[in-house]
Amino acid sequence: MAIWFARSRNIVSSLRQNLGLSKILFKRDYSHRPVFKNSQLSSTVFLGPVKSLRHESTAVEKQPDLVQLSDEEDAQLELDFPGGKVGYTSEMKFIPESSSRRIPCYRVLDEDGRIIPDSDFIPVSEKLAVRMYEQMATLQVMDHIFYEAQRQGRISFYLTSVGEEAINIASAAALSSDDVVLPQYREPGVLLWRGFTLEEFANQCFGNKADYGKGRQMPIHYGSNRHNYFTVSSPIATQLPQAAGVGYSLKMEKKNACAVTFIGDGGTSEGDFHAGLNFAAVMEAPVVFICRNNGWAISTHISEQFRSDGIVVKGQAYGIRSIRVDGNDALAVYSAVRSAREMAVTEQRPVLIEAMTYRVGHHSTSDDSTKYRAADEIQYWKMSRNPVNRFRKWVEDNGWWSEEDESKLRSNTRKQLLQAIQAAEKWEKQPLIELFNDVYDVKPKNLEEQELGLKGLVEKRPQDYPPGFHV
Amino acid sequence: MAALLGRLCRKLVFPGTTHGAKRLSTSACESDTVKSLNLYSAINQALHIALETDPRSYVFGEDVGFGGVFRCTTGLAERFGKNRVFNTPLCEQGIVGFGIGLAAMGNRAIVEIQFADYIYPAFDQIVNEAAKFRYRSGNQFNCGGLTIRAPYGAVGHGGHYHSQSPEAFFCHVPGIKVVIPRSPREAKGLLLSCIRDPNPVVFFEPKWLYRQAVEEVPEHDYMIPLSEAEVIKEGNDITLVGWGAQLTIMEQACLDAEKEGISCELIDLKTLLPWDKETVEASVKKTGRLLISHEAPVTGGFGAEISATILERCFLKLEAPVSRVCGLDTPFPLVFEPFYMPTKNKILDAIKSTVNY
Repeated sequence: MAIWFARSRNIVSSLRQNLGLSKILFKRDYSHRPVFKNSQLSSTVFLGPVKSLRHESTAVEKQPDLVQLSDEEDAQLELDFPGGKVGYTSEMKFIPESSSRRIPCYRVLDEDGRIIPDSDFIPVSEKLAVRMYEQMATLQVMDHIFYEAQRQGRISFYLTSVGEEAINIASAAALSSDDVVLPQYREPGVLLWRGFTLEEFANQCFGNKADYGKGRQMPIHYGSNRHNYFTVSSPIATQLPQAAGVGYSLKMEKKNACAVTFIGDGGTSEGDFHAGLNFAAVMEAPVVFICRNNGWAISTHISEQFRSDGIVVKGQAYGIRSIRVDGNDALAVYSAVRSAREMAVTEQRPVLIEAMTYRVGHHSTSDDSTKYRAADEIQYWKMSRNPVNRFRKWVEDNGWWSEEDESKLRSNTRKQLLQAIQAAEKWEKQPLIELFNDVYDVKPKNLEEQELGLKGLVEKRPQDYPPGFHV
Repeated sequence: MAALLGRLCRKLVFPGTTHGAKRLSTSACESDTVKSLNLYSAINQALHIALETDPRSYVFGEDVGFGGVFRCTTGLAERFGKNRVFNTPLCEQGIVGFGIGLAAMGNRAIVEIQFADYIYPAFDQIVNEAAKFRYRSGNQFNCGGLTIRAPYGAVGHGGHYHSQSPEAFFCHVPGIKVVIPRSPREAKGLLLSCIRDPNPVVFFEPKWLYRQAVEEVPEHDYMIPLSEAEVIKEGNDITLVGWGAQLTIMEQACLDAEKEGISCELIDLKTLLPWDKETVEASVKKTGRLLISHEAPVTGGFGAEISATILERCFLKLEAPVSRVCGLDTPFPLVFEPFYMPTKNKILDAIKSTVNY
């Protein structure tokens, strides 16, 4: 599978042209100097690349030394410790808590949907681009309609992926259908891409008889073994060490596939984030970790979540190759995930992607985010930094999409969704037996007894129970 | 202290083997060889057989590569390779999470937690993930291939963090199984059943018995069924229920009670979740008295579940309240261990007071 890049040039200078456009809310002063007596602290400690990034393969860019040694003679002397040789220095120097510059963000499209000159990216065909755009728009419509359905009391709960459509769809487009996905919960677009129908989404949200999850979990807890998409669970980050195990299994079976797992910025504070990355690295498992840094964990802003330069810098701490990408740039996300996947599979190693984005919607239907953030902040991201609009511009500029296509898609999708919801609502409920099945592979005696007891109770007092659940 | 240890460190041999041999679940030919093994060797044998019979099975955890801190995994890495038998980083939540991922892909993940005292970081993965994996997915996914092994229980000098019996926490979790063997022969057969059971299982091994218990263990591949309790000693006056290392203490109490004319029926529960209520019920309906003994603290211990259930089922047959002889409601103490433990004499006293109620 040959990957070729558009004309390469110094990416850093290209990015610098566009940095002025970004309004990062996380304000930090990186110019401070730590105060130490009698020291010649190197002010050139950094983690980012400086050299030109011309490359024609997926080889890793050589990172400059983490610490510049000031004494050349000392540098030649090495000490042996478990873990290998390490040079020593008689100059006492602390690595600063942060580098002088934040890790830059890889992007390909500017805010007007135009490819930044001399960008590295994997080209996307018309067919693929149109499909990606359609799915992003479909996800938007789906989110809107299901959200409204919850507001109307038709489903009990919902959470949207508004603002994160590019991450959802472009990452899915970059994967193979054999790659096993372990989601957090804000990645239904990946399932949508893989062919989960609007009806199937609706069935899970209504917990009706057609729901593959058999009505056991809250809405949005989708799962589909047919689509290699592990069932969503509410606990945060638990999927990360599991992804390491999945990746390891694929490696042992010599499959041309990897595990791909998602997490939010908040989830990276969980112990399972540390566990997952460390295990994947030590076991050399093909796992792509995609962190959706959308700025908020319910009401907790990232400034209250960590003191590091986001998540990308944590990868190196585990020996994991990492990249920060503009999560609202579908082309950048596509290229990054595609490359990461290739690395993971061909080199049998984990890769970390931090996709920068913004959670435009509330955390869920149980949240009103205007209580903890400015309404115009939300508006700004919704209107001016909209990933769907941005990609649409590029697709339209190429002559692959029109206003007519747009209105047809949106009205058709809307119609389909309303039909799906109506049908799902009317669909038969799960039979009562499904309360007791699948706790174990075979129902144990205590559950057989409890099932009998409950059946008797329901027959005796049907008015105590919701109707429609056949015994 | 040395004298104390000397008293505690008697070799425990299990004379009931021929009786037990009749209870083997798989048909064993008369000429099958047996070998005198201690608990860790029996477990080791089970692991060798498990890895031999399923090429998609893995054994991992802290320090398992060189054989493990209790030697349960000796020889596995050399025989099956480091891809299948390996050390993990020191991170229980990672160990179990990784195991769930492997199991979800159809492999058998036999995971070791170095001491049951350290299983708690993995509690979220066990309770919220492993136990619910099949149910929440509508049976599209499962991690039935997961088996978590952990040494548990008093060892004479373990203190707070090398002596715990945490089984009660796990018995409260629908979706997993909890199994505790009493002896080497039982351990091998039960462990193989756990590994092959299509549900995630927590297998607690009484570390006290790793070296102390020696028994004739058949060398072939055999399994002892789960959720089937065993009456290891028949009697008429009182039913005693226990598991793991505690059974040897209870057995001694029964022998002493017999000298005073009390006939005791001793039951090894083996599987605590889902537990075999029928066997215990039948026994208590016969004897009219029940005594439960476990090392774990009495309050909220698994004995409470057995007591409540038997009360529901056998109330009119009971001649006396259900007695529980258990650990005290304190963290497991070091120098006070002999006072904390449910000893033979505490059990004997309880047998007598129950019979004389």
